[in-house]
Amino acid sequence: MGTFYTTLKYTAVTIWSMFVIAPFLWALSTSFKDFNSVTSGATYIPWVDFEPTLEGWRVLLRSPAQGGVNIVEPYLNSIFVTCLASFISILLGTLAAYALSRYTFKAGFIKNDDITFFFISQRIMPPVVLAIPFFIMLGKLGLLDTLLGLVMVYVVLLMPIAVWIMVDFFNKVPVEIDETALIDGCNPIQAFFKVVLPNSIPGMVVAGLFCMIFGWTDFFFAFILTFTEVQLLPVAIVSLNSSITPWWSLSAAALVSVAPLIVVAFIVERYLSKGNLSGALK
Amino acid sequence: MTLIASNLTTKGKEEFFLNDISFEMSPGKIYTIIGRTLSGKTTLLKTIAGLIAQDSGTLSFNGNNFDVIPVWKRQVAMVYQQFINYPHLNVYDNIAFPLKQRKVDLAEIKDRVKQAIEQVGLEGFEERKIQALSGGQQQRVALARSLVKNANILLLDEPLVNLDYKLREQLREEFKKIFSSKASEEAILIYSTTDPIEAMQLGGEVIVMDEGKILQQGSAKEIYENPRSTKVAEITNDPAMNLFDGEINGKKITLNNEVILNIPKHFKDLPDGKYSFGIRASGVTLDKSGFPFQIELAEISGSETFLHLNNDQIHVVGLLDAVKNFNIGETVKVSFDIEKLYAFGSDGILMSSPYSGTK
Repeated sequence: MGTFYTTLKYTAVTIWSMFVIAPFLWALSTSFKDFNSVTSGATYIPWVDFEPTLEGWRVLLRSPAQGGVNIVEPYLNSIFVTCLASFISILLGTLAAYALSRYTFKAGFIKNDDITFFFISQRIMPPVVLAIPFFIMLGKLGLLDTLLGLVMVYVVLLMPIAVWIMVDFFNKVPVEIDETALIDGCNPIQAFFKVVLPNSIPGMVVAGLFCMIFGWTDFFFAFILTFTEVQLLPVAIVSLNSSITPWWSLSAAALVSVAPLIVVAFIVERYLSKGNLSGALK
Repeated sequence: MTLIASNLTTKGKEEFFLNDISFEMSPGKIYTIIGRTLSGKTTLLKTIAGLIAQDSGTLSFNGNNFDVIPVWKRQVAMVYQQFINYPHLNVYDNIAFPLKQRKVDLAEIKDRVKQAIEQVGLEGFEERKIQALSGGQQQRVALARSLVKNANILLLDEPLVNLDYKLREQLREEFKKIFSSKASEEAILIYSTTDPIEAMQLGGEVIVMDEGKILQQGSAKEIYENPRSTKVAEITNDPAMNLFDGEINGKKITLNNEVILNIPKHFKDLPDGKYSFGIRASGVTLDKSGFPFQIELAEISGSETFLHLNNDQIHVVGLLDAVKNFNIGETVKVSFDIEKLYAFGSDGILMSSPYSGTK
């Protein structure tokens, strides 16, 4: 029974891994193809099925004048906007979530749960509803087509995710930890920074990862709120498309764009797999 | 260095968490607050710590108004029933935390932490992460952190309740030793519990609470011998004192129209009439010449057996000073030791006890 179960488990994991890895291998293989290799039927293995070429990758580094898209600048823009917006969202979101978790707010019929729902409700709205207000506001502030404008918009979009995750996290942290810190001589601000925050890293990492995924993959606002001065990676990748779809360049761009998220996921994996609060309350 | 509470009241939406609580506590003593769950024990401790602000009433310590001092400036330490520690710090840093927070000299911190670690028996565990400790060890860390401060008031909120039986017994003994040395250092120790045995074993002054009110305050012996009311008798006994409606008629006592007993000497001054009678499990024993009862449940506890007995009118818990198995539904004969009977008035107030005669 044990061997059968183990075999079944490993078979399931192997099949699932193939589902996950196959698209990456496909994209990797395609990124080294050219027009003929892509259109000549199913080919998979370089040097055996087709002659590999770096053309798909070179396009990403060439300037538009040379027939490329040069994704380096959009790439760096995306990293800057996503990281800064995620950082601000986590910072503000954690503080807001802590307040919503620990203090009671009441204004008429509006209470803590309503405020938390108000935050997340902004993610429930279709993005297109926000597009025109954002466009007008950034226009009036002179921040259209700027990195700062995009950071501001992404903070608005990402902070609800941070608040939502962190409220749930703080609700599970026993309030007695905060109280013990107060009794041990911390004022409320010291209690937050010296005790609550160091123990909230797993929650913040999860929230940060979600913020980065949402920020990094957004195309809609990156497309609407930028014109010629600033371009983010998703928009740059789309601009690769022409009358003939360059699958090789698109595959290379897809791999390049997904790489940072994979790196981040590997770095924070240890925080995702174990909480740090297991010893707070046994 | 006296802690004085005057008319402390904290009200929830409908119920009182604290209802007109007044007391005076002196250093060098252990005060054990006993009450059922939701009786207001934790609220009272948190109010003393400054974590909850009372709606009305005042707290003063050492002649000064305690209410205006924020939690972090009060010389108070607290141990919770959950094992609350700082998971991101190791054992040493957990215990040193309150001292570092108060910017105590590093060499002194080292000495005091070492001393506290020795007191709670955690030598060799200094570098361990909290997560790597057992429940009992975690609670020792919490206790060490509260001791290291040399606080004027040490609050212990059911610190043993989440431990297994053996460890609870062991730590209770150790607590007593630690407290006796701590008490000599002029600290007020306030220990809350739901366990009557724990309250009696710790000795000191016992405060009985229910529904936010103090029902009785006195020495453990006094409360055991003369519980002021049926409620106190229920709360301070495990199993709860058996209570029956009954009446005194001439030289006889009738319990629930079922059991007729001779009147004991200490009831001699009570006039005929209706009363609530109480008797502890130890006063109800098996006796071939007694009244017939059916066994509902037989609980073996250590070297004794608690018998839950029932007949048509009366449910009673008796004690057999031996370990014995019984069949459920088995009929046994039970006698009531009239010299251990208590009489309470119709309002539940003690009228006569075996220890002090008629009140």
